[in-house]
Amino acid sequence: MKLLTHNMLSSKNVKGVIVGYPLKIEAFDVKVTEVEFNPEFIVKVIPKIDYSVLIRAAEYLGHVGKLPGHVPENVEKNTDFLKEIHHALLEVEVVKGDLICPESGRRFPITDGIPNMLLNEDEV
Amino acid sequence: MSQKLRYKNYLLWFAQEHVNFRVAPFWVVQLDSEDDARKIASRSILVRYVIELWAFSTDLSGLNVQLQTQEVELVSTHMSSTFKIIVETFGKHFTQKEKIDKIEITDGQRNLMKELSLKQRKFIGNTSMDPQLSVIMVNQTKAKEGDIILDPFVGTGSVLISAAKFGAYTLGADIDYQTLHARTRPSRITQKVREKDESVAANMKQYGIQDRYLDVIVSDFTKSAWRPCFQIDAIVTDPPYGIRESVEKIGTTKDSVSISEEQADSHIPSKVDYALPHLFKDLLNFAAAHLKMDGRVVFWFPIFRKTFTSEQLPVHPCLELVANSEQVLSSHSSRLLLTYEKTKEVEVRFLISTFFCSFYQLTSTRILNHIFLFFFHIQSQPDDPPCVIGEDNFRELFFNEREEKRKVRRARKCEERARMKREWEKRVMASVSSEDSAS
Repeated sequence: MKLLTHNMLSSKNVKGVIVGYPLKIEAFDVKVTEVEFNPEFIVKVIPKIDYSVLIRAAEYLGHVGKLPGHVPENVEKNTDFLKEIHHALLEVEVVKGDLICPESGRRFPITDGIPNMLLNEDEV
Repeated sequence: MSQKLRYKNYLLWFAQEHVNFRVAPFWVVQLDSEDDARKIASRSILVRYVIELWAFSTDLSGLNVQLQTQEVELVSTHMSSTFKIIVETFGKHFTQKEKIDKIEITDGQRNLMKELSLKQRKFIGNTSMDPQLSVIMVNQTKAKEGDIILDPFVGTGSVLISAAKFGAYTLGADIDYQTLHARTRPSRITQKVREKDESVAANMKQYGIQDRYLDVIVSDFTKSAWRPCFQIDAIVTDPPYGIRESVEKIGTTKDSVSISEEQADSHIPSKVDYALPHLFKDLLNFAAAHLKMDGRVVFWFPIFRKTFTSEQLPVHPCLELVANSEQVLSSHSSRLLLTYEKTKEVEVRFLISTFFCSFYQLTSTRILNHIFLFFFHIQSQPDDPPCVIGEDNFRELFFNEREEKRKVRRARKCEERARMKREWEKRVMASVSSEDSAS
């Protein structure tokens, strides 16, 4: 699971949970894979993500690098920043671990990089 | 403009004979009209062709520029005529292949068919989408470089491969844990067990497009795990129709089930049938909520041909049907590739949620959170936009039809076997009696 994906996941469908966002991460195995840097894509993605959630997740995984606390202005021209955020969004992957619902504490296991967001029949 | 076009250029192309009787093998002349050109040609025995000269250049780009300046006139006069390209040479011979190379300015993507062939693909399932059709599906979304594309019923990820080939970043979700982890029985007849590293990600790697693979998640479509304000450029999918893959969602028919904590870790949630009309309704609602404006959702929709009418096509107030192509599957059923484009934002309630969702991003103070939680609560009430879906008993119709045919076929086969047996007995009797008479 990449951190871009983590940024888009929620546990709002657990019974009784209202927002279910952001999901906490507990990682046992983290992998870094090189991914082609595509600045246009990153620029397009930045407004879609919750930056503070990304920062917290990257911090937890030890890959926050030189990412600042807030999105700087004129990101299009800030290649250094784009490269940093590219690394955090696409290159850092949780291979094994858990996603944890912030409200109910329900754990969603990540196995072989694939999060299992299924609820059990008594939770739906 | 008309002054400028009074003369047309013509190319006189002479035969390579009696060379001293002409100025050069080619001669560009300006003539008033085609009539004049015809008159000249009618008297010249050394002229091979008189050709209207549209453009003249030593390279392709120069030719292009010249052609474009007179494009309007050319297009209007030759719009409805067919054409043929001839490559001719002077003082040099081209092989047929060289000529074709000159004609073929660009290739189609037929080569993708071979490249993406299921036969060589690492990870496939029983219902992996044909590569040609997946490319067509993705094209229907107008997928382009840097888009985010989601397949909510991803299976083995065939559609994602085509999407990634066109430069899109791909996401997938599927309810089936075993499929995404490649723990189902292998689909190849020659393969006894799945290889350890089979996965959607491995396929992406095989085709060198792993940079465009984001993630797949195990998730029940009816209990979407995507946050409400996640915006997607296109959705493209082949949902299960209940024929070769079952249509299921998490649930139980039992009353008050509870799973203890020790069991929870290894528990495989039970599934119940998910009626097709509900699936399509949910798909359109999901698309309307998550697509960007003008974004498209493309999916297959099974129909029973005898009873199908266009009123059965899914309808949604925020989505407009822009294409509908039929693939006939059997004498009684077909599937339609439907393409919808988002034309309207979902009603105010969803807008509020998107607004608060983005506002929520800006703040992290607890008190505000609670206020927003309240709004989210309002938003998350079950909501039923007017959305109509047809055929609710596709599966029954499909199997009934097949059942009947099966019975007919069985009866016919049975009769055939009886007939063959009678004939064989007759032959045996005949040979026995002829042997008798011979002895």
